[in-house]
Amino acid sequence: MPDQESITTAIWLDEDDGTDLFSAQKSWCHGYDVYGQALTRASYPEYLYLLLTGERPSAAQARVLERTAIALANPGPREASVRAAMNAGVGGSTAASSLIAALSVGAGLYGGARELYLAMLGVARCGHDLQAWRDFLPTLLNEWRQDLGTNPEEFGGTYWPEPQHTPGFEPHAEKTSLRTLQYLDALPQSGSSTAWLQRHLTELEAAVESPISLVGVTAFAWRDIGLSAEQGEYLYLILRLPGAAAHALEQGALGWRRYPFFRQGIVLRNDPGPVGKEDKA
Amino acid sequence: MSRRPRWQPLADSEHRLETNLGAWFAGERVVYRGYDLFSELADARWMELLLLGITGRRFSDAQVTLFERLWSLSVSYPDPRLWNNRICALAGSARSTAALAAAGATAVTEARIYGGQANFGAIRFITALSRAVNAGSDLRGSVETTLRAQRHIPGYGRPLVAVDERIAPVLNMARSLGCADGEHLNLALQVDTLLREGRWRLAMNVTGLAAALSADQGLNAQEYQMLASLAFSAGFIPCYADSAGRPEGTFFPFSCGRIHYTGPSPRDWD
Repeated sequence: MPDQESITTAIWLDEDDGTDLFSAQKSWCHGYDVYGQALTRASYPEYLYLLLTGERPSAAQARVLERTAIALANPGPREASVRAAMNAGVGGSTAASSLIAALSVGAGLYGGARELYLAMLGVARCGHDLQAWRDFLPTLLNEWRQDLGTNPEEFGGTYWPEPQHTPGFEPHAEKTSLRTLQYLDALPQSGSSTAWLQRHLTELEAAVESPISLVGVTAFAWRDIGLSAEQGEYLYLILRLPGAAAHALEQGALGWRRYPFFRQGIVLRNDPGPVGKEDKA
Repeated sequence: MSRRPRWQPLADSEHRLETNLGAWFAGERVVYRGYDLFSELADARWMELLLLGITGRRFSDAQVTLFERLWSLSVSYPDPRLWNNRICALAGSARSTAALAAAGATAVTEARIYGGQANFGAIRFITALSRAVNAGSDLRGSVETTLRAQRHIPGYGRPLVAVDERIAPVLNMARSLGCADGEHLNLALQVDTLLREGRWRLAMNVTGLAAALSADQGLNAQEYQMLASLAFSAGFIPCYADSAGRPEGTFFPFSCGRIHYTGPSPRDWD
């Protein structure tokens, strides 16, 4: 008998016809017939939620997911992950490379998926406690600097760079952006976190000494619909790809000549000069 | 005095990047960490360039050879079953491209049980232990504290098998280059003895050995993290080559029955 290792999963089941063992005739996702029922009965946010959590969302949960998906779908062409995708587009790189570039750049602690992950940890840890929010960044930094260690599964140790601002808040803005406020207003009441945020935004921002960001609002919203920080990190990466794709396609068509290169942008502090002089600055 | 606006750092850098890194002078020359690439670095080996680029420092010929051979001997296994290598094999089988295969496998190499995170943990451990011991801490006590806090010692123990076949060839190689006398390696070997002989029965793996050797060449954890990001490439890129040469879809395919389903019974979406 050859190796019969199998894939263990609670998510998916494929059924063959008993003859061709490699062609699935029917597939179930968490028990639901995908092509026979979910395809025509589920909305996309409902199916996405089912895939990640194993359960169908309530109507309110599905609406939260749909609205966050729209809010996150395009970070816009100034944002780092979309810029990465456009860089791929202008050079004629493959479609997948555009999205890999967007994922790589959009994964981090400054506006990326790791920030969302940490912001969701913040919502879970700090809840409605303003003092806890005030202490959130110092606590994270303390954990990072001590290389804890104590809960590496939660914080990911120090492999990621040191956090430089409170996750979920804007380090470089003076006030809450109008679009962030509109996003917060548009979220259906599906749990206590978002409702608390809507009522106590001013006090929270004063405690953290920074305006909340799209990442922060998303973290509160996803906490309310029962997503973990780990699920949120993946979902955030997925949901921001449409904008990256659209902008990569557009810049690919426009071409590299119409795309910024920062021609005068680099100032070398240690230029040896055209012939390579002896001393280096 | 009025406070600087929070957006000032962005405004200051919108059109300007001051750096020691280097630049391309179009149609003319390239500066690499302060050196003229075409004259001063014309004979540099690729690994030498990579080390210089990451750290800004020059390394001796023996050190460059050490890093090169560390990659060759410890992480260049052309076995498509290994987790990161399998990305390249799957990409070849699924008829993707070589660079997409390499990009996926490179990213996947930042794993916890091997690769990036394990390397990072190992160099953090051995450099912290070195600082502690130099400050007067007891070696055994420090190791036990780490074991209690983390439930493992980065760089010791191994998934799948207990023995690490790479230790002897890598140690021999480092000795032949005169790179095996550093304090981190010495400490790593003492920890190996301690963990082998104690109740833990853990042996040093090549991650621990490579981290100690690298720390002895002056790399810090962040530099080592950057350097190690490409270390497995001679193992995984050939997996693409092999797989791309076979009929599409034939890399260890799964038949439907090999899904071991543990989820809920069929239910209606009503």
